[in-house]
Amino acid sequence: MGIAMQIVEISTASIPADLMGAQVEKVNVKIGKLSAVVPESLRFCFQIVSQDTPLCNASLIIEEIPIVIKCLDCNIEWTIDEPIFSCQKCNGGAVDIVSGRELDISSIEIAERDE
Amino acid sequence: MVTGNNKTSTREIKIVRKVLDVNETIAAQNRKTFAGKNVFVLNVMSSPGSGKTATLEKTLSRIMPEIRTAVIVGDVCTSNDADRLAVSGAPVVQVNTDAFGGDCHLAAHVIKTAVGNFELEEIDFLIVENLGNLVCPAEFDIGEDLRVVVLSVTEGEDKPIKYPLMFRVCDAALLNKIDLLPYLDYDKKETLKNIRQVNPNMPVFEISAKTEEGFEFWIDWLKQNIKKKIK
Ligand SMILES: Nc1nc2c(ncn2[C@@H]2O[C@H](COP(=O)(O)OP(=O)(O)OP(=O)(O)O)[C@@H](O)[C@H]2O)c(=O)[nH]1
Ligand SMILES: [Mg+2]
Ligand SMILES: [Zn+2]
Repeated sequence: MGIAMQIVEISTASIPADLMGAQVEKVNVKIGKLSAVVPESLRFCFQIVSQDTPLCNASLIIEEIPIVIKCLDCNIEWTIDEPIFSCQKCNGGAVDIVSGRELDISSIEIAERDE
Repeated sequence: MVTGNNKTSTREIKIVRKVLDVNETIAAQNRKTFAGKNVFVLNVMSSPGSGKTATLEKTLSRIMPEIRTAVIVGDVCTSNDADRLAVSGAPVVQVNTDAFGGDCHLAAHVIKTAVGNFELEEIDFLIVENLGNLVCPAEFDIGEDLRVVVLSVTEGEDKPIKYPLMFRVCDAALLNKIDLLPYLDYDKKETLKNIRQVNPNMPVFEISAKTEEGFEFWIDWLKQNIKKKIK
């Protein structure tokens, strides 16, 4: 819920002055698969908290980012589908998360009338 | 139906921001405040009822008054946990997040406000008991130095792989309620295997907050960490 609220807040604050009052059509976000966010529940929360805002008709477009980890000893990177955070080569546990924790808002799309 | 020549186009406005950037900024401020006042901060997280409060009650009785400790406890709308922890003599501040539409985690700004209730000069160690939830608290930095997750043997063995982020962001796991093992069909090896899978180097302390079994190892480790920061 807090996350959906932040998305609405940031998006609303990002509407340019010349489009005040316009309806936002899309909100594009990047959600890492390791983040604490389940896309379905985020969409649900977004629908609720966007009511009575310029985002009330907007669809939340979620790009899911895979989990990529890197072994610091072998210096190799790979994508994981299961939460197995040890090196596939040396079996060591010195791995860093390269991506998969994203909780980013990338853009909003607003309809504008062409003169 | 044709709506005349009112053709519309779409303008895309780039934002590129972290959804939680406000929280991260405040967490960084908190961290700076704590460093400036020489306060070590521990964030304790778990599912509801895993034994955070019970573990902290016993922890406080072992470290106080040697280590001057204060506690912030998040609770959905009772003050039970705060009352239990205040028995130790430590100053306790309770943060209520209302159950309806309220938050399921303690955010950095909540900690910043709550800390205003303490004299930080008179504290070495601040413990934060987060809300019972293995999801959101993992995402919200509060400016802490150390994070631990409490997991009890009455929960499923697969918790670590169901909530991998929590087990990645924490520095140690406390496997609690081991006094109950004789009465349960619990596969402790499976749990340990699952923790190792998510976080191969994570220390795991097997404890009972009821009998205090295993507490010496946990307390030693905790004190070492505190002393690394507080001379
Ligand atoms: N047998 C046994 N019971 C325990 C142990 N630790 C906690 N309990 C019991 O488990 C219940 C929940 O413990 P709490 O300490 O309140 O758990 P919590 O994680 O603080 O719960 P919330 O703050 O509500 O999320 C209480 O009835 C405790 O007495 C333990 O080591 N052994
Ligand atoms: Mg509690
Ligand atoms: Zn390796």
